[in-house]
Amino acid sequence: MSAPAPAITRRYGLGAGRIALAVYAVLALVFLLVPIAYTILFSFNDVRRTNIVWRGFTLDNWLDVCAEQQVCTAFGTSLLVGAVSTVIATALGTALAIALGRYRFRARGPITLLLFLPMATPEVVLGAGLAAQFLTAGVEKGLGTIIVAHVLFCVSFVVVTVRARVASLDPALEEAGRDLYASPSQVFARITFPLLLPGIAAAALLSFALSFDDFIITSFNRGAVVTFPVYVYTAAARGIPAQANVIATAVFVLAIVLVLAAQLSAAARRKRLARR
Amino acid sequence: MSVVAALPVRRGGRVVLALLLPGLAYLTLFFLVPFVSLIVTSLMTPLGPGQFAYSFRVQNYVESVGQYLPVILRSFGFALLATVLALAFSYPLAYVLAVRLRRFPLLQALGLVLVVAPFFISFLLRTLAWKQILSDNGPVVGFLQAVAILPPDARLTGTAFSVVFGLAYNFIPFMALPIYASLERLDLRLLEAADDLYARPSRTFLLVTLPLSLPGVVSGTLLTFIPAAGDYINASRDFLGGTSTAMVGNVIETNFLTLENFPVAASLSIVLMAVILVLVGLYLRRVGTRDLV
Repeated sequence: MSAPAPAITRRYGLGAGRIALAVYAVLALVFLLVPIAYTILFSFNDVRRTNIVWRGFTLDNWLDVCAEQQVCTAFGTSLLVGAVSTVIATALGTALAIALGRYRFRARGPITLLLFLPMATPEVVLGAGLAAQFLTAGVEKGLGTIIVAHVLFCVSFVVVTVRARVASLDPALEEAGRDLYASPSQVFARITFPLLLPGIAAAALLSFALSFDDFIITSFNRGAVVTFPVYVYTAAARGIPAQANVIATAVFVLAIVLVLAAQLSAAARRKRLARR
Repeated sequence: MSVVAALPVRRGGRVVLALLLPGLAYLTLFFLVPFVSLIVTSLMTPLGPGQFAYSFRVQNYVESVGQYLPVILRSFGFALLATVLALAFSYPLAYVLAVRLRRFPLLQALGLVLVVAPFFISFLLRTLAWKQILSDNGPVVGFLQAVAILPPDARLTGTAFSVVFGLAYNFIPFMALPIYASLERLDLRLLEAADDLYARPSRTFLLVTLPLSLPGVVSGTLLTFIPAAGDYINASRDFLGGTSTAMVGNVIETNFLTLENFPVAASLSIVLMAVILVLVGLYLRRVGTRDLV
């Protein structure tokens, strides 16, 4: 400690601490992946009755996903619910985000609070509230009520995501458009919207992921409809078929490839820019 | 048209209304009004399963809180423990990714994707995976018994430990991401300045790094605590819970969906929400951050 350490190691603490922290980070990441690896591994299990004990490698579950008919139907329902909810939530949320990010008006504070509240409400309360509403209004629960519920919890996340993008827009670009005699609608269609598109796409992906994986709110408002998480929940008591693992794995791989591609290309771009 | 009128700030009026109206109408109809419905339901008089009469029965609250007080306390205890665990786990990880790996953007991006990876595999399946891994015949229990940390007849699944563990694991991405986001903006020159002024690394951390990452810690802890307090999947008997680990979410679910005892379920929902709002309010006042959205 007495001798002056070389500048680089002195900068951010002791060498041993740095190594310990790096080792911790690697172990922590491995830990995070354990149940994911387990789920993927058991999609290849040669199952007889229950998918609990490892009985050997097989591709059968992958080649015949719909052997378990209910899994496939539930997956289809989840895709449909996810797609419809995402379209509605993205449209509503983007409009709100543009209004909040671009314009000044008196009710901004209360509206921001109103958008924050659904995110600060536990799912079980959101679900029970909507269910109580449908009950008092005499609405039959089904696909429609699930979509209503999913749009509700997705909107706030869309607003947060798109609003960040709106805030980072350079107003000079829109001004340039107006200087060149573009009408307000032309400015929006040719400048604002294309610039917001990456944010909107990210928000849509987030919405879809939230909707696809939701169980709690869905279970309160589903009636007799079975989405993929609902199927897994009800099957959990008697044993999950390996086909459910296949679907979860496929969705996981697809999502990770998308996110990885986006992240790595952005990181590569930053690296190129940094080098100049 | 004057110059000022061409600016979006002034053009506002009708455009803003058109942008806001659909979303606000939606939130009013399906978020605010349901809260009123929930309150109305919570005051109804129960007349048996699925049967109820409109009334103003405040006693529902007294009864459900009286009956389920231990469950309510347990929920907040579990949620608090899980939040602390998730914070202790996530902070160093987020720190390594955001600060130590800053000069390696590709590694940083890869690490970030791994942190959010659990988010992309089904919540229920990853919880069931832990159930199998922690099960009585699983590797973890076997190992802990072999090294005599766990008595031979002890188990992990179905205990408070596994429920808290599951809650902490499931919300780690929600904890780690906001912390990462605030540490990513941390100006490293501030650390160098502290170092130049002969601050020990621990002092630099406590006086510079931690305060600057506080907004991320606040959002992360809220994003973990709130859903954890209302969660009932981890505590469910088919997942990581047992007979004595029920959380308030389990009680609400059973009363609403199985017993159809809507007033009890509704009053417990209102109590859960009220306690969360009070706790979050106190917490935000204590740590003093306001910009959340």
